[in-house]
Amino acid sequence: MTSALKAYAVRLLPQAAALAVILVMVSLAFPGFFRLEMQNGRLYGSLVDILNRGAPVALLAIGMTVVIATKGIDLSVGAVMAICGAVAAACITSGHGLATTLLITLATGILCGLWNGILVAVLDIQPIIATLVLMVAGRGIAQLVTEGAILTFNDPGLIFIGSGALLGLPMPVVIWLAFGIAVALLVRRTALGMLIEALGVNRRAATLSGVSTGVLLIAAYMLSGLCAAIAGIIAAADIRGADANNAGLWLELDAILAVVVGGTSLLGGRFSIAASLIGALIIQSINTGILLSGFPPEFNLIIKAAIIVMILIIQSPRAQSAFAFLSRPRAEDGKTEQEAK
Amino acid sequence: MQPDSSHVLSATGIDKIFPGARALNRVDFSLHRGEVHALLGENGAGKSTLVKCLTGAYARDGGRIVLDGADIDPQSTLEAQNLGIGTVYQEVNLLANLTVAENLFLGRQPRRFGLVSARKMNRRAKALLAEYDLDIDVTAGLAAYSVAVQQVVAIARAVDLSGKVLILDEPTASLDAHEVAMLFRIVRRLRERGLGIVFITHFLEQVYEISDRITVLRNGGLVGTRATADLPRRELIAMMLGRELVQEVAGGHGARGEAGDVRFRFRGFGRKGHIQPFDLDICAGEVVGIAGLLGSGRTETAEILFGAERADSGTAQADGRALDLSSPRAAIREKFGFCPEDRKVDGIVGDLSVRENIALALQARRGWARPISRGEQDQLADRYIKALDIRTSDREKPIRLLSGGNQQKAILARWLATNPDFLILDEPTRGIDVGAHAEIIRLIESLCEKGMSLIVISSELEELVAYSSRVIVLRDRAHVAELTGSAVTTDGIVEAIAASAGRVEA
Amino acid sequence: MKFRTALASATILAASMVGAASAADLTVGFSQIGSESGWRAAETTLTKQQAEQRGIDLKFADAQQKQENQIKALRSFIAQGVDAILVAPVVATGWDEVLQEARDAEIPVILLDRTVDAPEDLYMTAVTSDLVHEGKVAGQWLADTVAGKPCNVVELQGTTGSSPAIDRKKGFEEALAGKDNLKIIRSQTGDFTRTKGKEVMESFLKAEDGGKNICALYAHNDDMAVGAIQAIKEAGLKPGTDILVVSIDAVPDIFQAMAAGEANATVELTPNMAGPAFDALEAFRKDGKLPPKWIQTESKLYTQADDPAKVYEEKKGLGY
Repeated sequence: MTSALKAYAVRLLPQAAALAVILVMVSLAFPGFFRLEMQNGRLYGSLVDILNRGAPVALLAIGMTVVIATKGIDLSVGAVMAICGAVAAACITSGHGLATTLLITLATGILCGLWNGILVAVLDIQPIIATLVLMVAGRGIAQLVTEGAILTFNDPGLIFIGSGALLGLPMPVVIWLAFGIAVALLVRRTALGMLIEALGVNRRAATLSGVSTGVLLIAAYMLSGLCAAIAGIIAAADIRGADANNAGLWLELDAILAVVVGGTSLLGGRFSIAASLIGALIIQSINTGILLSGFPPEFNLIIKAAIIVMILIIQSPRAQSAFAFLSRPRAEDGKTEQEAK
Repeated sequence: MQPDSSHVLSATGIDKIFPGARALNRVDFSLHRGEVHALLGENGAGKSTLVKCLTGAYARDGGRIVLDGADIDPQSTLEAQNLGIGTVYQEVNLLANLTVAENLFLGRQPRRFGLVSARKMNRRAKALLAEYDLDIDVTAGLAAYSVAVQQVVAIARAVDLSGKVLILDEPTASLDAHEVAMLFRIVRRLRERGLGIVFITHFLEQVYEISDRITVLRNGGLVGTRATADLPRRELIAMMLGRELVQEVAGGHGARGEAGDVRFRFRGFGRKGHIQPFDLDICAGEVVGIAGLLGSGRTETAEILFGAERADSGTAQADGRALDLSSPRAAIREKFGFCPEDRKVDGIVGDLSVRENIALALQARRGWARPISRGEQDQLADRYIKALDIRTSDREKPIRLLSGGNQQKAILARWLATNPDFLILDEPTRGIDVGAHAEIIRLIESLCEKGMSLIVISSELEELVAYSSRVIVLRDRAHVAELTGSAVTTDGIVEAIAASAGRVEA
Repeated sequence: MKFRTALASATILAASMVGAASAADLTVGFSQIGSESGWRAAETTLTKQQAEQRGIDLKFADAQQKQENQIKALRSFIAQGVDAILVAPVVATGWDEVLQEARDAEIPVILLDRTVDAPEDLYMTAVTSDLVHEGKVAGQWLADTVAGKPCNVVELQGTTGSSPAIDRKKGFEEALAGKDNLKIIRSQTGDFTRTKGKEVMESFLKAEDGGKNICALYAHNDDMAVGAIQAIKEAGLKPGTDILVVSIDAVPDIFQAMAAGEANATVELTPNMAGPAFDALEAFRKDGKLPPKWIQTESKLYTQADDPAKVYEEKKGLGY
């Protein structure tokens, strides 16, 4: 058991270290960065902002991790966010209750995932093409729902999801943490994780071993749709309105980046939801850090790109093997050799 | 061996080692000027590895290659081409979107004032193809022509570039009889011009039609080189399938198998386009061997028995009860297991650990909601690692890092963990080292003694003879003969395979 | 030279028009870009309203963001022999040919909201707003409001590199020039969206001592201001009081915020481009008076004193 825990820690080490370095860098540029205070019964400070603003990408990254583990990719999540935000706003403004609204919205997201899953698993369309369909069409669907305008609402329940607080933490943070832990437990406490990894590494071998690869694939895209729906609700609730043109715009790329920074290979197989969530926090820390630093906006993208390139270089197999060589304790070396013998 | 001056190309003691497998073991091969030399062997025998060593696509691990009396060591196909060794593959390796002339002169277009001179190039292309009796519009895109014409263009390019040795890797695989005749006319003309031609094919009648000598490889080793005229077809098949190792062993389990009660009964089982309907009965504790040449329907038989391809006719029963074999998942529920032929593509899940690979089928059968605990997985893996002597530094090692034989044993362990009643093994001993080979055969025998029913597909005839109570012989995607009892001998199998009229695929 | 040809062409047009018909039963074709934003939808609604009020028969064509559709629409208007054409061009280039056809057919063309890269004599006039002027009006309001007191301003820019972002920043800075009490202390892009407006405002508040250091917010559009107002409220401050909020566009939602005292001022980018266009057209038909080549729409300033609740009610039906 302890060895499993240790393996877990080793797996998350590069991401955690990268996050720590970035946080320290930001605090050097902006001294008040780590300050936290209670205000109106909730924690208030830049660190909380990172957790809060990172919520949509963190949620998308949960679903994206599982999809990428199956050797797929889901480009539609940004558009599904827009659809679900629009559906939620339309439902609540047309007089449905909060529970009904949430139910309908989550179902919409799952339905979008089902569509993607069927294209990928049943029709065998390449995931990047299959999900591109909804990526392009989805924003149009969202615009149809909102009729091109920002659909605002005043329902206190729905707004609470965006800007309320529970136990001192903003609701979006509570939601993504809880959902992330729930999904991580679901895949690791059952056999789902292993079956998904087998499917991602070698779909045919997994099928021949009796794994229901088709059902698993569809389920992965449905999970991704569900994550996008939750992210869409949060994004809409945050600004008290559904903005079909801009909600979730380009966030699919941030989510994919979070997964990659989290060390899950785009070739499928081994995955870690915790690492992807740290990846999402890394991306948001960079965003928030740039905003706090006060650089002119023309530099935003360049700085972000430079930091991410550095992280990816550190994570590259070549750099990793160099680190492994430098940091390997001698004693353990001898032991493994003996065992091997 | 001293290079003979009549040899345009001679390779001696060629070794090639891949991680976990020896692909070529001290193979000798020589090619005369003006001969067509057929290179034969089953899949995995080492033909393409040998060709790739000769053409520089692979770096060889040992041995010597002499071309025209000089030692060569090509590091790339381009270098080999410049030295005089040209290759034409089954899948024409030209650019379909360029014109015929451009394909012929790609990378060496005639230039005028530093610019490609299309007129000059087209004129020379026309002249070049005229030597092959090919009068076509060289300015048209290559894609406009049939595979046969493309093949000739590829040959023309290769000969024009290289001019000493021409290697044809299954050039006739997608040609009709008329086109094959045209191709052979060209090959004969090139032979008269003094080229050494290596001809790789699966069609034995073409070997007898065109080749002067035959070299047979098996399991990465040289079986022998013979003049075509002195080698009867039966003997050739025996060479390819390994007859020289045969001690005349009668079917070891024949008698007992016949005595047992039939446990699995298949009637009219088949699938259009894959395998013609067949009948099959298997008793508990019986091994039924399946023999046949490549493409005869061996793997197809395994696939429909396991539901990887759904049967569209016939019935399957176990102890009188109808079986659902509509998918691998369904077959596994009926306690079937299947070790596929292509271990890397269909068998192992490379990045996962040995432990996970062993637990996979059992876990899939239990369903995702009932995980096998980590402790149980560890026990399971340890038990089979010990029982099958799977050599790995620890059970958490990714399975792709293991040698072929140990991977095969891990896949076997995956199925044994599900405690199957019916196990299908497709080429269980291919590409694995001799030690593991013997262990797997012993394992098959012990499983059989425990009452499991096994179907074993193998191109190693002496192996089949050693453990099978019956052998079913396949040809042209149909079950054509069943040998039982004392008829189960390698000679008998070779006889049954060779007893075909017309075209035999080898 | 250009002026002279313009004059010549106008004379030809004038001659044909006067002879044609009375102002009452005009037929006008309108090629709209599409309905990509609330503002665009409001422009369409207002154009139809204006035409109805004036008894003009409006032929409407939605181009769905494609120039080829607009050119097709223009040709069909020409073929139908309309009295004038309004066009909101989706791109600036590629109009010469079809505009020449309209001129040959002696149909005056009026550009709405955007201009084109074509010789000026090919169209009658262009009705657009002045982006720099909008920024200036906003800056002037702020300067007048703080009246010499020191004030730190944070700015939410539009999408980096877009012309509204550049021009509205420029105009605002021009208005502030020479007024040492006003200082822009932070300026970041909010991509014209509510979400980014809120996120960037949050960081401004953190970076400037919880917002105590900020006296005013200038946002390049109302949507970012609406997002920022939420951020200010969540930080425990009162937008409109603790931090002054001025923005541009005058979309309905900002009037709601103004009615609630959470926003102070907005500069209108009027969706009523058709009104001035029809005015010019009618004046021209009546006495042949040629309008100037550029009719600048009014950049009207709205403040809390302008009964924002009422303006909201007026505006919300326009399709924003």
